[in-house]
Amino acid sequence: MNKTVSSLKPGVSMKRKIGSLLATAWFAFLGCIVIFPVFAGLLASFRPGTELIRKGLSINLDVSTMTLGNYTYLFSGNADSVKYFNWFKNSMVLTLVTVALTLMICFFIAYGLTMYDFKLKNLLFFLVIATMMVPFEILMLPLYQEMISLKLIDSAAGVILPGLCAASTIFFFRQYLTTMPKELLDAGRIDGATEYGICVKIMLPITKPAFAAMAILCAMGSWNNMLWPMLVFRSADKFTLPIGLNTLLTPYGNNYDVLIAGSMFGIIPIFVIFLMFQSYFIDGMTTGAVKG
Amino acid sequence: MKIKKFLYSQKAAPYVFVLPFILSFLIFWVYPLCSTIAMSFQNIKPTGIEWIGFKNYSKLLADKVFHTAVLNSFQYMLLSLVLLIPFPMLYAVLMDSRLVKAKGLWKALLYLPALTSVVISGTLFRLMFSEYHTGQMNVLMDLLGLASQKWLKVKATGLGALIVLCCWRWTGVNMLYFLSGLKSIDGSLYEAADIDGASAIQKFKFITIPLLKPTTIYVLTISVYAGLAMFLESFMLWAGNASPNNIGLTIVGYLYRRGIEKNQLGYASAVGLILLIIALIINVIQLALNGTFKKEDK
Repeated sequence: MNKTVSSLKPGVSMKRKIGSLLATAWFAFLGCIVIFPVFAGLLASFRPGTELIRKGLSINLDVSTMTLGNYTYLFSGNADSVKYFNWFKNSMVLTLVTVALTLMICFFIAYGLTMYDFKLKNLLFFLVIATMMVPFEILMLPLYQEMISLKLIDSAAGVILPGLCAASTIFFFRQYLTTMPKELLDAGRIDGATEYGICVKIMLPITKPAFAAMAILCAMGSWNNMLWPMLVFRSADKFTLPIGLNTLLTPYGNNYDVLIAGSMFGIIPIFVIFLMFQSYFIDGMTTGAVKG
Repeated sequence: MKIKKFLYSQKAAPYVFVLPFILSFLIFWVYPLCSTIAMSFQNIKPTGIEWIGFKNYSKLLADKVFHTAVLNSFQYMLLSLVLLIPFPMLYAVLMDSRLVKAKGLWKALLYLPALTSVVISGTLFRLMFSEYHTGQMNVLMDLLGLASQKWLKVKATGLGALIVLCCWRWTGVNMLYFLSGLKSIDGSLYEAADIDGASAIQKFKFITIPLLKPTTIYVLTISVYAGLAMFLESFMLWAGNASPNNIGLTIVGYLYRRGIEKNQLGYASAVGLILLIIALIINVIQLALNGTFKKEDK
């Protein structure tokens, strides 16, 4: 459409080119601003942590004074290194378990809410939405108390269980499943499959794209989750990466070496996943927004 | 055998599927919500529980520190709305047009901050807003010929730092929300407008904005909630829940201080419930103003 206009009028074409240049330049400018803190952090990770404490985050491009010291220290296998990779491992395990369980359970819930007509259907869906209306921060205190009485404090179960039935994930799966033909269920029934067999063997495989999108979003949330794990975990050997890094934030000692190198290294897993599955990422996070 | 047959019937199956939600809803939502409501009317001491009526609330209404926290949260929320709705919307419109080249790159770059955990981003920003003259923001001030600032020790600049952090993290995310909203607008509307000779601004005003409304409401709602419930950003920017003169204290920060740090569960519950009431009121007003209730009562 725009091309036809510009080929008709040379003046418009010139204007369009300038506009295009300006718009692209603006996004390049924004991109630079956005990347800057990460870039500065990356540069700082090649310098001693004491410099961070004394000078703040400053850009020093002098390559000759850069060292890999922080990273060799991080990978050296000493006490700090062992501590860091323990957090890293904890985060990995917690993320994998959370993602696997959340997706399965939310899929089943959404499946039940979409594929069947039953009495409580609308009420239950309303309740799913209602849980979104109360910020987690309000429930964290009574939940924390509850975890203490359930003896789930300081355990991975205590971190994972309250978040398993994530309303946004259920909502997403429901949106996806409503586009699926319900006739498949009847076809399955005629073939003698049980209700659960239909769900797992027929419907689940064709929902894979939704799983991919949700897996990535859920992994990102879990990898970076901090507030609730910080309340639940008490022993240092169970800490996840964000909580562990947070414990390094004392102005004393040489903790900033591990902090800055560890922070930069900790971005890598989620960044790699993002680059690999960028389109799924966008699908997953925007479904709620379009349907309102 | 009868039970097994019943469980496999078409009638029971949906309930089996939604059972985890019902359990989780009761155990991890209804119970804590009720218990926090109950606690807000109690004074909880190691020796026992004492029902004290509305005393926590009346104490809270007179609590100067709580006032500061509410004010901070509101200022933060409002500023984040002003900055995180119009600009991302505009960027999304630009991204959707044919003007911008290398779109994928800019989208990925703008989304990058949302991937970093708040520990990392908060730490980076604290170091950038360091009060030493070598900190990035002070170097920038120096370049502009302005005096160095003690960014995180003064209310205005402290709030500014929080907002910058917030915009840095969420501009890209909101832009993607608006982009997906734009994708759902029928392109023929713009073509019709072109034929009628509408200008770009007219098209934006009479087509894009009205048809983006569902997305805008969604972004507005989550921004109001996220803004009012903001805590970790401040927690990380000031490396803990204490900031000079409470300039970075938010409502949830105060809940955390009273409930977790000082173990005053009753008082902290009252803080949480006031936050909930505020959030719900704003949400209802906002939805009513947008006419959501008129359209969707089914």
